[in-house]
Amino acid sequence: MTRFVAERLLQSVILVLIVLTITFFLMHLSPGDPMSRYDDPNISPETVRLIREQLGLDKPVPEQYMRWMASFLRGDFGVSLRFNRPVSSLLAEAIPNTLRLTIAALTLYIVIGVILGLLSAVRRYSLFDRLSTIAALFVYSIPSFWLALMLILLFSLKFEILPSSHMQSMGVSGMGWLARFSDRIAHLVLPAFVLGVASAAGMARYMRGSMLDVLREDYIRTARAKGLSERSVFLKHAFRNAAIPIVTIIGLSLPFLLGGAVIIEKIFSWPGMGALMVDSIFARDYPVVLAVNFVVTVMVILGNLAADIGYALLDPRIASGRKAGK
Amino acid sequence: MDKLLKVENLTTEFLTSEGLARAVDRFSFDIGHGETVGLVGESGCGKSVTALSIMRLVSDPPGRISGGSIFLEGKDLLSLTEKEMRKIRGNEIAIVFQEPLSSLNPVFTCGEQIREAIALHQKMGRKQSREKAVEMLRLVKIPDPGNRYFSYPHQMSGGMRQRVMIAMALSCQPKLLIADEPSTALDVSVQSQIMELLSDLRDAMSMSILLITHDLSVVAQMAERVIIMYAGTAVEEASVKEIFSDPGHPYTEGLLASIPRLNARVERLSVIPGNVPDPLNLPSGCRFSDRCPKREERCFAKEPPMFVAGKGHFVRCWLSEGQER
Ligand SMILES: Nc1ncnc2c1ncn2[C@@H]1O[C@H](COP(=O)(O)OP(=O)(O)OP(=O)(O)O)[C@@H](O)[C@H]1O
Ligand SMILES: [Mg+2]
Repeated sequence: MTRFVAERLLQSVILVLIVLTITFFLMHLSPGDPMSRYDDPNISPETVRLIREQLGLDKPVPEQYMRWMASFLRGDFGVSLRFNRPVSSLLAEAIPNTLRLTIAALTLYIVIGVILGLLSAVRRYSLFDRLSTIAALFVYSIPSFWLALMLILLFSLKFEILPSSHMQSMGVSGMGWLARFSDRIAHLVLPAFVLGVASAAGMARYMRGSMLDVLREDYIRTARAKGLSERSVFLKHAFRNAAIPIVTIIGLSLPFLLGGAVIIEKIFSWPGMGALMVDSIFARDYPVVLAVNFVVTVMVILGNLAADIGYALLDPRIASGRKAGK
Repeated sequence: MDKLLKVENLTTEFLTSEGLARAVDRFSFDIGHGETVGLVGESGCGKSVTALSIMRLVSDPPGRISGGSIFLEGKDLLSLTEKEMRKIRGNEIAIVFQEPLSSLNPVFTCGEQIREAIALHQKMGRKQSREKAVEMLRLVKIPDPGNRYFSYPHQMSGGMRQRVMIAMALSCQPKLLIADEPSTALDVSVQSQIMELLSDLRDAMSMSILLITHDLSVVAQMAERVIIMYAGTAVEEASVKEIFSDPGHPYTEGLLASIPRLNARVERLSVIPGNVPDPLNLPSGCRFSDRCPKREERCFAKEPPMFVAGKGHFVRCWLSEGQER
């Protein structure tokens, strides 16, 4: 297992470098450059040239790449062209915010998805199963930005029970911790729901299908023949097996969650990496874009690694295969 | 003496796209205390469905027990609630399935799967039930049972897995063991070991066995009595001795002729031409009439009842016409 993890981490390092290299050149290939915001008659071309030189933007792209990579490998993400602040301090603010949002969405989606999927499988072809099938299809196919706007319209504007933007209310700092905590949760509800609900719908379908497959297996009949209750048959014997493919699905869903966070953060003015990424791309703030890209890539890789480890832990056939022999 | 199991007119149907298929059709038989009864018939004649019906494990839908009764020591199993039935399964009646490779759960250790049954029915704690499970593994002659307890099914051979299944089935000292072709899926050399093990354990534990097989020679070794099943119902019932010496039904004769014999080097085994009829369109009259080498006009007209052909010997054939059972 340790060897497996080590191998995967080594592969991941190479993968990260490739992703960053591609991003770097793609960005420089795309039209526009960080200096376009100095397109101002009041700033002399000479000043712009000086700034350009100072930032190293006058050098040929390959040289810029080598320089950037050299400092990146030393752990230095550089300075944001837009904010004139170290990229690392921007990330330090944005990463926890994005994590808070995606972890909330992930939890929501796994819990809702697994429970609905299990219930559907247990009551196959019941009214509940049919309704949840239709609901899942509906939720899965509506665009998340539209759903976000509709929910904001409903809960923020019409009923005024949930906030529609930012992570906390103004002037919240004067309140007690409980009030602050519930204020934060209230801000989290809509974005996390919108981000997680489509995946939850997908998860419910996978879970249902996986359970129904497993319930047809011979060993389920054996479990019943032992005299076990339906509850044990479902939750112990069937669920443990049905959960194995689901772990992979969760790992594969991470890029979609993080990608979805970009749009959701913009809509809900959530100060996370998604919003930072979008704004930095428009401003051609190269160091920030690269750094965010790096962080997201690492998150996806770690998530997938965790999913693979979880898979191996759940499925003894794989775990012992790695112990070589036996 | 009262019988351990008494099955009367058991009828089990499956709803298929072509209609209602009667896999088991008014099938009656019984098993005495400590008796081993062989249930023999070709593939598809309804042996496994009978076994599942006794356990009330026929998957519903599409299957349903639509008639008859099953008495275990006088208690009608078909009238029990699901909860009461769970106390019977694995405890008073246990089953060893046809497919040892897929019948064990791949994500739990073999020991745990045995322990679970013990803990459930014998109200034992974790430690005690674990010791009992190891003891069961030893009983079915699995080497190094203390360590094998922690093996997963995929780490064991087919024969070992079937031993685990047997250990699981016997772990609560059932009164009746249903062994559904316990050795068919295994290598020939392993087959005889499994049958030998079953035979030893039966003698040690004084239980009754319903031994399902399509191999009459297996029955000859182990059973006292044989029921020949054809297209969902019994066509002949007799002691093992009489089945071999004096078969009454042409179908039984066909089955006997298809056993390979050491002394007669037959080029090709004599097999009965044709297949078990589809339960959806049985021939009219006797259900064997379309394949029977001795059929007569009357065989197509009316299904024969079970006729008495001797003491404890019954035949469902017009050729044995006489006193009805
Ligand atoms: N789940 C099911 N749905 C529909 N038909 C079924 C089902 N299970 C069994 N049957 C039908 O019941 C009949 C008897 O099947 P069964 O499995 O009892 O045969 P068997 O005698 O055990 O054969 P084998 O020796 O191959 O195990 C067959 O015609 C089969 O098609
Ligand atoms: Mg069968």
